[in-house]
Amino acid sequence: MSFNLTPVLTAQWGLDQSWTLGAYERADGYQALRQALDMEPDALIQLVKDSGLRGRGGAGFPTGMKWGFIPQGDGKPHYLVVNADESEPGTCKDIPMMMASPHTLIEGVIIAAYAIRANHAFIYVRGEVLHVIRRLLNAVAEARAAGYVGRNILGKSFDLELTVHIGAGAYICGEETALLESLEGFRGQPRLRPPFPAVEGLYACPTVINNVETISSVPAIVRGGAQWFRSMGTEKSPGFKIFSLSGHVARPGQYEAPLGITLRELLDATGGMREGHELKFWTPGGSSTPLFTAEHLDVPLDFEGPPQHGSMLGTTALQLFDETTCVVRAVKRWSEFYAHESCGKCTPCREGTFWYVQIYERLENGTATEEDIETLLDLSDNILGRAFCALGDGATSPVTSSIQFFRDEYVAHFEQGGCPFDPVASTVFAGASA
Amino acid sequence: MLRLGHRPDALIEVLHTVQQSFGYLDDDALRYVSTSLHVPLSKAYGVATFYSLFTLRPQGEHTCVVCTGTACHIKGSTMILNRIRSRFGIGPKQTTADNQISLLTARCLGACSIAPAVVYDGEAKGKQAPDDVIARLEEW
Ligand SMILES: Cc1cc2nc3c(=O)[nH]c(=O)nc-3n(C[C@H](O)[C@H](O)[C@H](O)COP(=O)(O)O)c2cc1C
Ligand code: SF4
Ligand code: FES
Repeated sequence: MSFNLTPVLTAQWGLDQSWTLGAYERADGYQALRQALDMEPDALIQLVKDSGLRGRGGAGFPTGMKWGFIPQGDGKPHYLVVNADESEPGTCKDIPMMMASPHTLIEGVIIAAYAIRANHAFIYVRGEVLHVIRRLLNAVAEARAAGYVGRNILGKSFDLELTVHIGAGAYICGEETALLESLEGFRGQPRLRPPFPAVEGLYACPTVINNVETISSVPAIVRGGAQWFRSMGTEKSPGFKIFSLSGHVARPGQYEAPLGITLRELLDATGGMREGHELKFWTPGGSSTPLFTAEHLDVPLDFEGPPQHGSMLGTTALQLFDETTCVVRAVKRWSEFYAHESCGKCTPCREGTFWYVQIYERLENGTATEEDIETLLDLSDNILGRAFCALGDGATSPVTSSIQFFRDEYVAHFEQGGCPFDPVASTVFAGASA
Repeated sequence: MLRLGHRPDALIEVLHTVQQSFGYLDDDALRYVSTSLHVPLSKAYGVATFYSLFTLRPQGEHTCVVCTGTACHIKGSTMILNRIRSRFGIGPKQTTADNQISLLTARCLGACSIAPAVVYDGEAKGKQAPDDVIARLEEW
């Protein structure tokens, strides 16, 4: 397959003032909403089911099915919550999406809320990104003034209140039940499931939680139809997706492509690795997805491909590292991240990530032993599958996969009494006098 | 607080507002918020310490946030922090003696494609070498 860009989500990013209502409407914005409000809500849910759209937040759960779980006629309020907490290391697709085209998301929100019969929707944004928050608030105000949000939208008997909620800095709040706790004003710690949010979510009412990119894909599906959406991507993973390329590549950035594309194709189309260097290891979908190496360049990046090779598609945050990078150093950094972000609710994750960091410190200062590698694997065994939420499982991914592929490099750390790599060689200012 | 109503679930929003107005959350502020929203002080304190954006200590005039996510770490953020320490004598979560600069660190900001990323008073800049950072901080 040749590199086949599918600019749908990113189509308008280059327009002049693409984030304004005027620019969005000139590019047919809010036409999908008009179409959707003329349909029955159930027909919309069916359309999304038929399209095969799967969640873009990491797990790939079928979106139409999720919407279908919301009980109807139950007399309770329903809620739609957009997960805009984007914090998985390396992931940077939702933030540029909201910066470049916030109205795509807002249009998707209104359509999705109408389909699940919710009259109140929330966008939960990461608190660190003030520029995104300002842009979203402006866009919501524009949409409200134009009659897309509020009472009797486009003259129909559908009302929607839309609230932008600002997070306060915690990775765990991206986990959907922790996010709900946080929305209700508590510390963000995951809830026990069942009950699932579709039955008892926000304020114990039926709630759909979807990622920004998932919801932003909805207007295009309404306009183009299920068949059109299925003409891209693979049978089980239809459609397009934003791939975030970062690390030691020639041209880092966001690239929209059909699901099922390979890293080799993406690299060919974007100028490859930084000059004179070669790929050593990479994450297919953020740090919570086990590392891949150059062996895996041809794995199709859809929901089925990476699992066949022991990893996951995750958030399609492709972080690439070249041969100047010490894998132990990179994994140490990720482990420190998980240790810091562990919410502390369950023991395997809280204690396990703490011990990870202790051992990586010994590895880096040259006092570790062979036994420490075994301890890392043992700790991972005790976290994986035993943690209360997926943060714990994610923490084990870089550890076990890096030992699997680069055990020699761990050994070199204690044989040579510390890190054998030059830390400057991997920096942006390598070669300059830093 | 009038704007947000006195609902307990507005706690996080109220804390954001208080911090915006006063720069940080001291004991008096937390006590006031907890009484007005009818939430126990322990909950207000628990929430304020759980989330990393809330600070219980006053901040300097300017803030410099260095991303220490893995992409930025590999591309040099540790060297940036070392240079700041040797030039200004502060580490993460510290403020210079003259109260001018507070140094903070952040987890991956989703700006890995321009790593290493540094945020100066809310404005994000990419591909920062230690020299760039020092030059910028010296202007403050
Ligand atoms: C620790 C952790 C962090 C997460 N962070 C995010 C996030 O920042 N954004 C997101 O959309 N999903 C995140 N998720 C996944 C959500 O729990 C949830 O699956 C997703 O929002 C569902 O949306 P989707 O069906 O549209 O993919 C996270 C999960 C875990 C376990
Ligand atoms: S796995 Fe970690 S983040 Fe998840 S509930 Fe347990 S301690 Fe909290
Ligand atoms: S690691 Fe710094 S922006 Fe991602």
